Amino acid sequence: MFGYYIDMALRSLKRSPILTALMVLAIGLGIGASMTMLTVLNVMTRDPLPGRSAHIYRPHLNPLPLDYHYKPGTVGGPTTALTWPDAKALLDAHRGVRQAAMARGYLTARSDHPGAAAKSVAGSFTTHDFFPMFGVPFVAGHGWSGQDDDDAAPMVVVTRKLAERLFGTASAVGRTAHLGKHDFQVVGVVEDWHPQPLFYAIIGTSFDDGDQFFLPLSTAMSLHLDHNWNNGWGKDDSPTSPTVSWLSFWVELDNPAQVAAYRRFLVDYSAQQKELGRYERPASEARLYGLTQWLHREGLVPNDVMLQTWLALGFLFVCLVNIVALLLAKFLRKGGEISVRRALGARRRDVFRQLGVESALIGLAGGVLGIGLAELGLWAVRQRPNDYAHLARMNGVMLIATVVLAIVVSLLAGLLPAWRACRIAPALQLKAL
Amino acid sequence: MNLRPILSSLTRHKLTVLLLVLQVALTCGIVCNVAFMIADRVSQMGQPSGVAEDQLATINSIDVDPHVNPLTRHADDMAALRGIAGVSSVVAVDALPFNGNDWTSSLNVQPDSDGGQAIASVFYGTPGELQTLGLRLVAGRDFLPDEYLPVDSAHGGAGLGTVSSVIVTRALADKLFPDGHALGRSIYPYARPARIVGIVDRLLRPGPHASGTAGDSALFPLLPDSPDVTYVMRTTAQDRDRVAKAAAATLSRLDGNRIVRNAQTFLQMRDEYFHRDRTMVGMLLTAAAALAFVTAVAIAGLAHFWVQQRRRNIGVRRALGATRSDILRYFQTENFLIVSGGIGLGMLLAYALNLLLMQHYELPRLPLYYLPLGALLLWALGQLAVLGPALRAAAVPPVVATRSV
Repeated sequence: MFGYYIDMALRSLKRSPILTALMVLAIGLGIGASMTMLTVLNVMTRDPLPGRSAHIYRPHLNPLPLDYHYKPGTVGGPTTALTWPDAKALLDAHRGVRQAAMARGYLTARSDHPGAAAKSVAGSFTTHDFFPMFGVPFVAGHGWSGQDDDDAAPMVVVTRKLAERLFGTASAVGRTAHLGKHDFQVVGVVEDWHPQPLFYAIIGTSFDDGDQFFLPLSTAMSLHLDHNWNNGWGKDDSPTSPTVSWLSFWVELDNPAQVAAYRRFLVDYSAQQKELGRYERPASEARLYGLTQWLHREGLVPNDVMLQTWLALGFLFVCLVNIVALLLAKFLRKGGEISVRRALGARRRDVFRQLGVESALIGLAGGVLGIGLAELGLWAVRQRPNDYAHLARMNGVMLIATVVLAIVVSLLAGLLPAWRACRIAPALQLKAL
Repeated sequence: MNLRPILSSLTRHKLTVLLLVLQVALTCGIVCNVAFMIADRVSQMGQPSGVAEDQLATINSIDVDPHVNPLTRHADDMAALRGIAGVSSVVAVDALPFNGNDWTSSLNVQPDSDGGQAIASVFYGTPGELQTLGLRLVAGRDFLPDEYLPVDSAHGGAGLGTVSSVIVTRALADKLFPDGHALGRSIYPYARPARIVGIVDRLLRPGPHASGTAGDSALFPLLPDSPDVTYVMRTTAQDRDRVAKAAAATLSRLDGNRIVRNAQTFLQMRDEYFHRDRTMVGMLLTAAAALAFVTAVAIAGLAHFWVQQRRRNIGVRRALGATRSDILRYFQTENFLIVSGGIGLGMLLAYALNLLLMQHYELPRLPLYYLPLGALLLWALGQLAVLGPALRAAAVPPVVATRSV
């Protein structure tokens, strides 16, 4: 029966080729545009740490004075990061399974090779738990220890790429790296590791090439290395000031009990700071965000991409309305044919199914066209200089999703017209023939 | 023309007509907003920055030798750059419009932070910055040579707390002192006052900011003293490309122990800064065009269908004496009615969409004149789309009436 429906549908579609082409075009355009933008959105909101992200949390404290002009939810506001005294307190409390504070900065990498050009590279200043907590894969060597953090040891972990730039080889453990104005001993080499988006960066630089070196935070502070983001609200602008926020902070918590306990700890800490007179706002403003929650809060998806996605979905909706109207006209015109089939014993259900198959066929063709258009659209996106653009590619899941979406959309579009067409009274139509 | 037969025929296809009206309404609502977004972006992209854009070349240098005094280094570099043929003056600066080097500071009009205040971008550079950049002084004077201090970048730009004079843009002056008498008054970047000695016509900020604050800039007599510095060369429109290239070679020759980046003309920098906006405008235009196209297709498709369906009726009307132009006008009027219905609904939708966008994407309010413009566009689109099918209908010969379908 199904084969027969398909045969009938194909004949019907062939009978009005222009209308069929218009419907396929409409659905193809709508699907193509929305899949292009959904793919970009998917790339931008994907999990930066698959398998681990569910256990990684971000504490949020609010040490701002009450009279600070502060719009809640502001992206990149002073409370995006922690101050040094707060980060130090959370580190020393050891309430998470692991915890690390970090800031990013640039250093000039000079090669031992004569003639090699110096280059400014990005890296992070962090604490020892960074590597096991985020699961950074080591090629050789290891991270530094808590003792090294305390001693502000001049150590560095570099990526394979930076090791090759500096030494011409990845086996760099034990050698001395000249970064900026100082020398550091290489204790470990990691794979070129850069999660997309770079969730632990504070803001703005989240889709860049990632970090190429990692130094102990204490070392960076004792050498007065510049970090690339800070936001102060008091008269004291030094890195150790209680009124300058510049540190990103993450904790690993493995079960709901630990999460609840950490939340309580943050509130207690805020209350204690308030008692000491440092905090002015209620302790209940302390928060603990999950990794993906944090990314949403930070609005990592640029407004332009969100707007384009909404626009594409709006466009798909208009196309849907369009197809409903065209299918309605087409199906109602087939009143005579449907009546004959009904008079010959076809049930409403059979007619409905047959019309459904016709809609689905249009959807299938539209979906194939949509894939072509989406690939074209993504190609256009990749030509842009935006930092995330080169990642915009469709994977198998998205390809299948495209066709499924197209068929679902066209089936939805066919629902109302098919229902109307089924309700045609056969007797009246047959008389008119 | 009598509308009654048209209306009564439309009520026989209530659902289809309703869908078409809905589609026109959605198109109207979306296209009005998209057109407004395009206009908004284009006006942002066209804003003059206040500097002599076509006569500037810039280059960025990061010194990697830790033992060099940056102030001496900058002086040597500038002397060498002045030697390039076609360069009339050179300054070392930190920020420039569109270079992204945005140091934002709050400026108060009273020593304590409770008074009226404005957030502004801080610009600073070596003497001659006004003249080299081509900034237009509308009141007051340029800085005096003895007013310049090092910015003290080693301590986070602590020099800002010690300067005694400042030049602000007119936009910032009006914001700080709404009474219009900013010249000679003092502002407080930190605890110490800085007197406003001059007002420049305009100077756009280095990075993007909320609308209405794009021109809030303040220039301070501070000397760049970090190894990372930008040199600006004033030249002529013909020489600027050559000067940018020559600058890179000159600096590398003077001392190779540095990173030289972004040797470019100001216009190249501006172009790069707006690249994202340009692609967004392209994308919005494509979306609007595709939407209009799909709607035109729907109108044409349905009209085509109705004409086929009514061939016999049309034949009868023709046989009864209706002229070709009567038939043509019938379909055109029918289309006008449907599109008008869509436009009515679409204007409400456009307004609602704009409210949503204002709330979530900080877009300004949609000016009312976009609505009639959108209406005109859709009427034209509808008439264009229906023309083909209507002409086919007009071509139906009266003899069709005598044949059975």
